[in-house]
Amino acid sequence: MSKKKDITLNINGRDHNLSVDPRWTLADTIRDHCGQTGTHLGCEHGVCGACTVLVDDSPVRSCLMFGIQADGKKIRTVEGLANGSEYHPLQKAFMENHALQCGYCTPGFLMLATGVLEAQPDISDDELNDVLSSNLCRCTGYANIIKAVRAAREEMRKTS
Amino acid sequence: MKPTAFEYHAPTTVNEALALLAEHAPNDGRILAGGQSLVPTMAFRLARPTHLIDINQIVELEKLSVEDGALCIGATVRHAKFHTPACEGVLGDLLTEVVNNVAHYPIRQRGTFCGSLAHSDPASEWCMVAATLDATMIVQSASGERAIPADEFFDTVMTTTLNDDELLREVRIPLLSNDSVYGFQEFSRRAGDFAISMTLVTYRLEAGKIVDPHLGVGGAEDRPRRIAEAEAALAGQIPSDNVFRAAANAAAAAIDPMEDHATNAQYRRELTATLVRRALENTVS
Repeated sequence: MSKKKDITLNINGRDHNLSVDPRWTLADTIRDHCGQTGTHLGCEHGVCGACTVLVDDSPVRSCLMFGIQADGKKIRTVEGLANGSEYHPLQKAFMENHALQCGYCTPGFLMLATGVLEAQPDISDDELNDVLSSNLCRCTGYANIIKAVRAAREEMRKTS
Repeated sequence: MKPTAFEYHAPTTVNEALALLAEHAPNDGRILAGGQSLVPTMAFRLARPTHLIDINQIVELEKLSVEDGALCIGATVRHAKFHTPACEGVLGDLLTEVVNNVAHYPIRQRGTFCGSLAHSDPASEWCMVAATLDATMIVQSASGERAIPADEFFDTVMTTTLNDDELLREVRIPLLSNDSVYGFQEFSRRAGDFAISMTLVTYRLEAGKIVDPHLGVGGAEDRPRRIAEAEAALAGQIPSDNVFRAAANAAAAAIDPMEDHATNAQYRRELTATLVRRALENTVS
């Protein structure tokens, strides 16, 4: 057995003091030990993107990082997107454009798009398609996801 | 699946990391850099390292600078660092074009250039870049340092000449002169997927004739390498459709393509000819 280590995970601005086993992925640490189950796990080997979260504002696969590696880093998950009862522009755009059906992939797409639109508010349609190609959705066929993220891009430019 | 249990170490200096590696490498201790290949392999339990030595907190390994005519890339430099030119000139532009083919955007935020080389997947773009441009690998263990030229580094599929107790500390890629031209082509079935074949070519023109051609192929064989037969077909020639086709055919004839359930050797050979021709056309367009 490996030794547990004490770490502090800052998720959506709140500190979680934990004793973690090094083998726990960041995704499992967030879900099972911090109670934040909005982050979903699909393939658990980096292909599907359902578990995408922001670590220090970069979108990363939380199944390909260990929780212990995120000690002291700023993590953002889907639970932190809305501002109280006010949805984030991306969440609104996903609803308005029917960009989800079953919703399993949605937290990953939302965090991926949040990270990219914050870093590159003027990202082109082509670049956006390339970025969104990293995550899998088995319901929507992607067209509405692309439409929603483009709509949110315009909305976020207005408010930034 | 979930990875098996391991001991975790997070050194903050290279010497500390090398001491840990010397101690644990004999018992399958491994370096953890970006983790974008190692962690999935652990999730499948194909890899069960007993110790992981996480080098992400070693500040000196973030080095990305030009020294003595080469771009020096430290062990924790992420792929995403190449989204904008990492250096001035042709090499910076070349790497910025190639990086868009390296996995997907979120993977590029964590995965590292040196990690790709140490992992040595035949379909790795960075491995092909290193082989084509004659990069030098600076590797270090607790007992010393050595420099390995790219053509002696890549051995076969996911196998390099790196010893178990050695860290690939830095890769040095010679800068390209301002009059160099390049062409890059890759084919995969989906965006971000593994290359079935890819090629990179660079050369200069002197009095209208091709000099110092470098033509590398990756993805098609068990390791990336320069193809001397194709370079010979280019050297001293005036760029033309006939010359490009001759080089493309020479490359296709020279390689020993891998086969898998979806792709036979003939397909990879013909694909390589097409990609080499297109990459050469890129150099003049």
